[in-house]
Amino acid sequence: MEDLKLIKGNEAVALAAIRSGCDGYFGYPITPQSEILETLMELRPWETTGMVVLQAESEVASINMVYGGASTGKRVMTSSSSPGISLMAEGISYIAGAGLPCLIVNVQRGGPGLGTIQPSQADYWQAVKGGAHGDFRMIVLAPASVQEMYDFVFDGFDLAFKYRVPVMMLSDGIIGQMMEKVAMGRERPRWSADELGDWCVGVGKNNIITSLELDPQVMEGRNLALQRTYNEIEDNEVRYEEVNTDDAEYVIVAFGSSARIASEAVELARRDGMKVGLLRPITLWPFPYKRLRQLAGSVKRFLVAELNAGQMVEDVRLAVDGCVPVDHCGRMGGMIFSPEDIYEQLKGHGKGI
Amino acid sequence: MKETVIIAGFGGQGVLSMGKILAYAGVVEGMEVSWMPAYGPEMRGGTANVTVILSDKPISSPIAGVFDTAVILNQQSMDKFESAVRPGGVLIYDTNGITRHPERKDITIYSMDATEQAARRGMARMFNTMVLGGYLKVRPVVRGQSVVEGLRRSLPERAQKLVPENERAMRVGAEIVAKK
Repeated sequence: MEDLKLIKGNEAVALAAIRSGCDGYFGYPITPQSEILETLMELRPWETTGMVVLQAESEVASINMVYGGASTGKRVMTSSSSPGISLMAEGISYIAGAGLPCLIVNVQRGGPGLGTIQPSQADYWQAVKGGAHGDFRMIVLAPASVQEMYDFVFDGFDLAFKYRVPVMMLSDGIIGQMMEKVAMGRERPRWSADELGDWCVGVGKNNIITSLELDPQVMEGRNLALQRTYNEIEDNEVRYEEVNTDDAEYVIVAFGSSARIASEAVELARRDGMKVGLLRPITLWPFPYKRLRQLAGSVKRFLVAELNAGQMVEDVRLAVDGCVPVDHCGRMGGMIFSPEDIYEQLKGHGKGI
Repeated sequence: MKETVIIAGFGGQGVLSMGKILAYAGVVEGMEVSWMPAYGPEMRGGTANVTVILSDKPISSPIAGVFDTAVILNQQSMDKFESAVRPGGVLIYDTNGITRHPERKDITIYSMDATEQAARRGMARMFNTMVLGGYLKVRPVVRGQSVVEGLRRSLPERAQKLVPENERAMRVGAEIVAKK
């Protein structure tokens, strides 16, 4: 009971940052994620763990402060919402190019442009297909609960440092703004100076951190090294969750908040005797292509439910490779589907199941 | 047990904190809870609503299209959410400012004049807990003691002294809620 808190997803990120041994948070306010910065400012971790919390003058400044902090081998992070993440694109590419670890939290809102402050999942492509110039990848974690917004701060830092890549937590205004119970069991201290990697810059360390290389042959070598890292991540870090897929003839694929809504659609369908299951990718990159390909052998149809125009549909189709039809159920611009909406869509396509 | 309730009214009426107290009461009783606000430019005078789900099983969707209970505190919310109560469900509304009263025959309707009673008894700031008292009288999904504990946990330190007064407001709410 004592370690159970009723908090918003955004507050969970702030608490997890402090408790996961984060050294620095650099950010700029934007709805619907401003509570992350606000909560950190309220909790004043610089007086306890020594963690730096800084409101920068812009998103561009925030991500470059992250670049600087990451260069010194520290656990550093930023957070923003869709338009703010676009502003950070250049910095994210530099961080990836320089081979640095960091955590970036995107609490998505509807776009394009300034769009709306209401929830959306329209930054899927931006997150999983690189999101800026150059051949790079980010590990993308999609939390579907407030608990996961807490846990994925820990997991995000672990993965970032294991592979020295930027990790993005791709949340949205639903999970960021809602309150749920969170068990805050995990806690660890900040690293001491001796515990920092030998690859970073700092006193007594002879390393150069840069993403610039003018010799194309050397630059290709760097790219190949990055690709080897990405292949390793694809082999080892795919995460997903399945519900009722054992006997499913119809599988809904959904991530984050949509997966929560879709899981109730599965319950509605099962109540009516339809054999429906759910696959929730937890890592959006690396994507669970293999598992979906396997399922395509026994499933009659897939329905991808996402709060966008059908972005993840492309990855599911890539996985399924034409074996079975893949349909889409979506809303855009801050509108949200209900479990009943998804179930209706399912029934529309599900005749004869 | 699963209760999906929407609380909807004007910003400033304490809609979101009423939901929070209810959700906290659920936590006190070891239930699974979710609290999903309509966030955004809602402020004093604008509209505000929150969906609270209390369940003895893990909650799948925090977003609902159909509600077991709707607590309606203004006309706009009546227009929007009367039709979203499931058949056999409950609608509780504050009569203040309501020009078109609920018409459905397949749900149970309760009303309370909480705005007026709160003003008359000098409890205007306790309006939301008065409504909560009415709701819990009709839908006793959590124990009164848990709500008091929920109140303690959701109020900041400086407001802890207001707990007894809020308890009183809840009792008033339970007295004035009436079936239509």
